[in-house]
Amino acid sequence: MTKLDSKIPEGPIADKWTKHKNDINVVNPANKRSIDVIVVGSGLAGGSASASLAEMGYNVKTFCFQDSPRRAHSIAAQGGINAAKNYQNDGDSTYRLFYDTVKGGDYRAREANVYRLAEVSANIIDQCVAQGVPFAREYGGLLDNRSFGGVLVSRTFYAKGQTGQQLLLGAYSAMARKINTGKIKMYNRHEMLDLVIVDGKARGIIARNLVTGKIERHAAHAVVLATGGYGNVFFLSTNAMGSNVTAAWRAHRKGAFFSNPCYTQIHPTCIPRSGDYQSKLTLMSESLRNDGRIWVPKEKEDAIAIQENRMNAIDLPEEKRDYYLERRYPAFGNLVPRDVASRAAKERCDAGFGVNETGEAVYLDFATAIMRYGQEKANILHLENPSDAKIRELGEGVVEAKYGNLFQMYEKITDDNPYKMPMKIYPAVHYTMGGLWVDYNLMTSIPGCYAAGEANFSDHGANRLGASALMQGLADGYFVLPYTIGDFLADDIRTGPISTESAEFDQAEKDVRERLDSLINNKGSKSVDHFHKRLGKVMWDKVGMARNEKGLKEAIEEIRQIRDEFYEDVFVPGSQNEFNQELAKATRVADFLELGELFAKDALERTESCGGHFREESQTPEGEALRDDENFAFSSNWEWTGDPRNSVMHKEELTFNDIELKQRSYK
Amino acid sequence: MNLTLKIWRQQDANSKGAMHTYEVSDISEHMSFLEMLDVLNEGLVAKGESPVAFDHDCREGICGMCSLYINGEPHGPDRAITTCQLHMRKFKDGETIHIEPWRAKAFPVIKDLTVDRSSFDRIIQAGGYVSVNTSGNTQDANAIPIPKADADNAFDAATCIGCGACVAACKNASAMLFVSAKVSQLALLPQGQVERKDRVMNMVDQMDKEGFGNCTNTGACSIECPKEISLDNIARMNREFLIASVLPE
Amino acid sequence: MVALIRTSVARKYAMALSGFFLLFFLLQHLTINFTSILSAETFNFLSHFMGTNPFVQYALQPVLAFGVFFHIAMGIVLELQNRAARDLNYSYSNPAASSTWMSRNMIITGIAVLLFLGLHFYDFWFPELKLKFIDGVWNIEDRYFSELQHKFADPIRTALYVLSFGFLALHLLHGFQSAFQSVGFRNNKYTPTVKLLANIYGVAVPLGFIVVALYHYFGSLTH
Ligand SMILES: Cc1cc2nc3c(=O)[nH]c(=O)nc-3n(C[C@H](O)[C@H](O)[C@H](O)COP(=O)(O)OP(=O)(O)OC[C@H]3O[C@@H](n4cnc5c(N)ncnc54)[C@H](O)[C@@H]3O)c2cc1C
Ligand code: HEM
Ligand code: SF4
Ligand code: FES
Repeated sequence: MTKLDSKIPEGPIADKWTKHKNDINVVNPANKRSIDVIVVGSGLAGGSASASLAEMGYNVKTFCFQDSPRRAHSIAAQGGINAAKNYQNDGDSTYRLFYDTVKGGDYRAREANVYRLAEVSANIIDQCVAQGVPFAREYGGLLDNRSFGGVLVSRTFYAKGQTGQQLLLGAYSAMARKINTGKIKMYNRHEMLDLVIVDGKARGIIARNLVTGKIERHAAHAVVLATGGYGNVFFLSTNAMGSNVTAAWRAHRKGAFFSNPCYTQIHPTCIPRSGDYQSKLTLMSESLRNDGRIWVPKEKEDAIAIQENRMNAIDLPEEKRDYYLERRYPAFGNLVPRDVASRAAKERCDAGFGVNETGEAVYLDFATAIMRYGQEKANILHLENPSDAKIRELGEGVVEAKYGNLFQMYEKITDDNPYKMPMKIYPAVHYTMGGLWVDYNLMTSIPGCYAAGEANFSDHGANRLGASALMQGLADGYFVLPYTIGDFLADDIRTGPISTESAEFDQAEKDVRERLDSLINNKGSKSVDHFHKRLGKVMWDKVGMARNEKGLKEAIEEIRQIRDEFYEDVFVPGSQNEFNQELAKATRVADFLELGELFAKDALERTESCGGHFREESQTPEGEALRDDENFAFSSNWEWTGDPRNSVMHKEELTFNDIELKQRSYK
Repeated sequence: MNLTLKIWRQQDANSKGAMHTYEVSDISEHMSFLEMLDVLNEGLVAKGESPVAFDHDCREGICGMCSLYINGEPHGPDRAITTCQLHMRKFKDGETIHIEPWRAKAFPVIKDLTVDRSSFDRIIQAGGYVSVNTSGNTQDANAIPIPKADADNAFDAATCIGCGACVAACKNASAMLFVSAKVSQLALLPQGQVERKDRVMNMVDQMDKEGFGNCTNTGACSIECPKEISLDNIARMNREFLIASVLPE
Repeated sequence: MVALIRTSVARKYAMALSGFFLLFFLLQHLTINFTSILSAETFNFLSHFMGTNPFVQYALQPVLAFGVFFHIAMGIVLELQNRAARDLNYSYSNPAASSTWMSRNMIITGIAVLLFLGLHFYDFWFPELKLKFIDGVWNIEDRYFSELQHKFADPIRTALYVLSFGFLALHLLHGFQSAFQSVGFRNNKYTPTVKLLANIYGVAVPLGFIVVALYHYFGSLTH
């Protein structure tokens, strides 16, 4: 018997959401004015939720740790956002998007949630266009689409390589409008350090003003956590430096179940690591796989020659190259889902075919695309017998128009010209599918505490398809949470303002102060980053792209060891009452050190492979991930009991009524 | 390589600051500028000294959080990039590098190299939006075709990351490039038409209240802008402003 | 009036309009001066006309005076506001990397021109005022050319004039195109032409004045 009720509405899948909206409680407009909601996070999920809730009439307090809500890490999303608009007339539909997402997630997501996501996806595009988001358009003035990995239709809307930025600025401006009217109170440079629970309900947070160091109490009738993903547990990831698990982890410690922590997406196309000083990894958008072809040399000696800088990629003749994705997956080719592409790259590199000094890189080559586009362009311009050089020049122009900013970014970082030399790429940690457990209303297992966006575990199962996170963040914030939260708040119309003068707030504040003081007073000898890097290395080596029982058990021990050392020997300079970036890092890393262990434990218990979680013990003879639906068709939802080693797992069984469970195949 | 760093240190908004000199060694040319500062800070922490505070988050040139006035230019000597994308190969072994915060009355220093740019947020709050509530019933996204050129120009203006380098570069600490980018984006799109006049008036008003200087068309903003926002936008904003003043609603 | 210059953008329009006005005035001034090279009679005729015609004297001249005053006052106000917008300056700065010297130093070139105006008024305008309004002499029609020759016989004065026109050129090289940008006139089609015109105007007009000054200076040597 589990304590989890996912509250999935009855009825056929296509009617559930409409029916649910009709059935749940609503708060009348006059009463909304006397209800306060805290939203932690100003990314796509938090920003859109804040704006929508404020528009509905709730009093919203929004928090972010950056200096402006516009800087949440959603800003970095490059490639695009999915929506079942079928503008390209290629047979797209709500059902197809639903199907692709469930299949892409390797059948580990909840059907009803995913269907709802697909259902509201079209509204997102309408809403964003109405806000003035400048999506890419065709010459006729209509919206353009591209395709992303793991699907056979073109349903991805984009704004060059800056889709996340444009969408976030849309949500940010919607927020700005409401900040201007006082409906949203914005707390920049504030970090949530604890969740406050009063009478079993989430009624506030403890936040630290990062500029002054002041510990503040904030009360509300409900708390929404939209604090993003926890990929930084790996130290190196494509996440922003400040991305953290603290808000979610603190809620977890207060009773929110943490689901599927081990589901992590390793993105296949990132710029490889260049040295130990490296602070983060940079993504090269998946959209590049529309046109780029991935390869390594066929022969080991060629690979070695390239690794030792004795040979150039462009000098290797076509027949000596191994376009391994096209070879292994003829149907999807370079556009297989991310987990598949990443593992294939690792497989080649582990086999010794990597193409840089570290042997951890493969080529992403645009030569074919440049010539193809150049030829097309030459035809359009009616050029007779253009020279190869001319075609290349025209093609480079087309590629620049499509991917210019990504190519520029690559060149700035690596000092290599990607128009002339194939890019070198390697997988990197990118997204975390796991997160806080939520029911159909996006409420966590703590009443009144909601989770939206990457912070929850909701829609992507064991692997997320490209361009679906932006869709989910905005769906949660614009179109789901604003309705479902009313169901809970309807009971609070007579509650009146929540006081911060209660024993619960006293206790929570005291705990936070003690935590901070102990870090400051520890006066050890090693920096916070020292521990974070060690944690990251264990995670990457043993809980990364391929996992096995032995490695995971070792990882759990090592992480505990690092955690113990952290508390003995960490040095945090400065004081509590000042702008202290080291202290902010320390609180985040402390929580990562607990999460890391739970993460490894989750990976250890799931002995099947699925999506981003690859257990070496569970693979097909060809080395593909092998799911075990008989024993693992559930989500693992962990309950905190005081120490990660004792966390208790609750299963939520996943039932598939509208999609047939099959082994994924992209062949 | 080995470098001498001259860095502005200031404990908080109310303290007086000064330039301090530091030496760093064994810097790889493949490091980013911020990674070089990480190395410096790691060293300072190891010595028990307080590390240099500087803003940063995404470290890939898009969040607009990083700043730094490096060797007399915002985001350093390279063009079309932010500080976090600047790499040490742009510097020479033995070089002295001057690092200061953005300086403008409207961007007060918080600590060391960090400044408060909330004035930018307030300008957007004054009108940098389309007043449309969230609803499932906005018209279909393809109902109004937008000429590609307008869409592209609007996009180019919309790529501003709000970093403030334009203000830092400008001898007048003027925010015209930032403000005009948002005014232009929305003026170019059909969705922005309804509030077009109020928007430009209110945003310019707020810009002035924040204490930014007047534009004298030196063009430094656009050259130093990491997103290469064009001066066309300032001219467009001036036109918008004229129309809104001469032909008010 | 106050409302017009309440916001920064409005102030820019006002500055640009006064600038345009001065640009136009300068062209007119040069045209008349240039006739002094071509024909003393024409020069005397035009100068006398400008100096005595009631419309020019009582309608255009006050407008001009106001225009000059406004431009200067506004220029100084803007400069003070702009300095205040950065309370603490950079200790190390490399502005040349991103903007021209001319564009950054309009106040310096402007004040140089202002100082020149002082000299110029002292040379021509104040004696003119004294003659007309204190002595009441209005009807000598051929004095202008000789006064001109007389003034430019002095090598120091001539040198000062030439130097000032140099400053004027620097002022105009930025000012001309800047005024177009201020009023929002900028597009791919015409802006290159505006910039070209700016450079032609900025060089040709001051050069014209210099030629006039030098012509009379060298002329005085041969007398
Ligand atoms: C480089 C990159 C490229 C991507 N490209 C795509 C793409 O093309 N398409 C796609 O669909 N997805 C993409 N993704 C994934 C997608 O961008 C993210 O999953 C999504 O934007 C997350 O949004 P969010 O609102 O949940 O969180 P975020 O945008 O990360 O926002 C988190 C917010 O929470 C705040 N916060 C966090 N912790 C605290 C705390 N303790 N106290 C106070 N505030 C806190 C932060 O300040 C921030 O405002 C990409 C991700 C990355 C990293
Ligand atoms: C006949 C002489 C002059 C001419 C033709 C002239 C012309 C111009 C023009 C066209 C501009 C550009 C306006 C704009 O950018 O919108 C300008 C700017 C300026 N002028 Fe003059 N000017 C003259 C004299 C002066 C004098 C005497 C001063 C003395 C202070 C001065 C100070 C300035 C300043 C400070 C600016 C820059 C202000 C700004 O761009 O906002 N000018 N001038
Ligand atoms: S206009 Fe350019 S320099 Fe100014 S804030 Fe925007 S991106 Fe930064
Ligand atoms: S850190 Fe985000 S732009 Fe530099």
